[in-house]
Amino acid sequence: MIKKILLILFFSLNANAALEVTIAQGKVEPTPIAITQIFGADSDTARYGNTLRQIINNNLTNSGLFYTVNEDLYIQSDNLVEKVPRFEDWKLIKAQFLLSADVSKTDKGIRLRMRLYDVFNAKEIEKLQLTIPDENLIRRVGHTVSDIVYERITGETGYFDTRIVYVSEIGPLDQRVKRLAIMDQDGHLDSHQFLTDGKNLVLTPRFAPNNQIVTYMEYKNNLPRVYIYNLKTGEREIVGDFPGMTFAPRFSPDSQSVVMSFSDPNNAANSEIYLMDLNTRSRLRLTNDSGIDTSPSFSPNGEKIVFNSDRGGSPQLFIMDKNGDNIKRISKGRGVYGNPVWSPRGDLIAFTKLTQGNFHIGVMDTNGNNERVIVRDFSLESPAWSPNGRYLIFHRQKRSNLDGTGGEVTIHFIDITGYNERVIPTPRDGSDPAWSPLL
Amino acid sequence: MLKKLFMLIVAGFFLASCAATKTEEGGNVDAASTSASSSSGGEITAGTQEDLIVNVGDRVFFEFDSSELTVDAQATLDAQAAWLMQYPDTNITVEGHADERGTREYNLALGDKRAFSVYSYLAQAGIDTNRMEYVSWGKERPDVIGSDETAYSQNRRGVTIVSN
Repeated sequence: MIKKILLILFFSLNANAALEVTIAQGKVEPTPIAITQIFGADSDTARYGNTLRQIINNNLTNSGLFYTVNEDLYIQSDNLVEKVPRFEDWKLIKAQFLLSADVSKTDKGIRLRMRLYDVFNAKEIEKLQLTIPDENLIRRVGHTVSDIVYERITGETGYFDTRIVYVSEIGPLDQRVKRLAIMDQDGHLDSHQFLTDGKNLVLTPRFAPNNQIVTYMEYKNNLPRVYIYNLKTGEREIVGDFPGMTFAPRFSPDSQSVVMSFSDPNNAANSEIYLMDLNTRSRLRLTNDSGIDTSPSFSPNGEKIVFNSDRGGSPQLFIMDKNGDNIKRISKGRGVYGNPVWSPRGDLIAFTKLTQGNFHIGVMDTNGNNERVIVRDFSLESPAWSPNGRYLIFHRQKRSNLDGTGGEVTIHFIDITGYNERVIPTPRDGSDPAWSPLL
Repeated sequence: MLKKLFMLIVAGFFLASCAATKTEEGGNVDAASTSASSSSGGEITAGTQEDLIVNVGDRVFFEFDSSELTVDAQATLDAQAAWLMQYPDTNITVEGHADERGTREYNLALGDKRAFSVYSYLAQAGIDTNRMEYVSWGKERPDVIGSDETAYSQNRRGVTIVSN
């Protein structure tokens, strides 16, 4: 919807590259940006402007790649959509980039005009005008504008116009009620929605890379099986309808198949990895070993699968071809590995590792080299990549006590450099987060 | 003898440092104290979950990251098999559980292997598989809340639930 609006109305005037933010290994120095008031002539448009400004400001700041220059320092207070900024005023307060916008009402809806300036080179680098047909789309427009700014300045793909599906948790730790829930990537309460009613236990939701479908596991009638949930239609459908437990589902990169574990009663309930074609419903067994094989995750080109197996004694990470050939162990360090997830860029695998009483979330090259720990704590799980492969979300759980206290579990965001960790707020406890593709 | 011992514990007699009370019995005591609390002081009906808990033992425990039945576990399951023979109209579901120190998915797999170990032991002991089902709950339903080995050792379990 928005995409269409953008395609029609989006026009970029300047093809020259802006100053690109240097993203080296390690800590990134955030780029200073000034965001003027988003001007509106009446109370409605002023309110939309405030909301948009807040969303853009939060998104850019939360990325860790920007900081917004304190508004009190601004020398020029004009609407700079039609007027050329006094660049020296913005240079003086060390704003490297400058965003200005205004909102007005037209007979087609709410019109937003935006300008992005490169202050040091004293030129406009992005120009945007779009009409928002419905007030309810304001938040998404805010995310879309954030993506445009982020992409223009960093040269990386944005990730703001995305959602996070996760498991909302409440109740005593031994009878936890878990529901699928979804929200914008910033966790804003207005965007929060429950997808299931909590009657059945649900676990491990994951987005399809190309559409608004989620695969997850549900204990319907106490039978743990893999399902898919179509977010557009609300339809739920079993896909792992096998004569035993199916779990640990993930989509293939083309979203046409689900790779998952099946614990076959005719195979001593030992978990093996299967590939299920969602169109033909034919299934292909990929592993055959007396150890547990689970947590499969495709490479973005669809050629390889990384998975978790205890075939060597303790749980470790392995990769194999998409048909199950050429199985190789890749985890090299000490400890118990799990939860491998291939980066959407293809270059890294995120994982968890339990060693010396703590969980670690880290990344390694796809051959297991250059293992790097990003975060360590008593209990960390479920790393999931941002669609641009720069960030991870995961959950962190506190220790629990015999009296039933503790055990709080929250969703966190972190740059893979290990900097800029923050909590993504959820109305209740949250676990098993997964990121949508760009909407 | 063992039965009597359980009866005594459940009835609330205090047995100080009884060397015979191993983990297996600890589990039974724990389960009985919660599950049987509703029928305070009443007669235990034969062939019920309560009967299984009090007079046989409804659960077995596993070592860390293992689905192998220990000697103690096998003894409990022998008693469960005898009990199931005695009550042929009884159907059961075996639940497999794991402690919290592992990933959700690996623990689902481990819980299924544990449940299946119990299920297939009972099947080999002569219990008709038509009377039995099994299911893994991974680390989702701990019996004891807590982030220490005391809780973990109680949570790595296979529990036999009378389903009718």
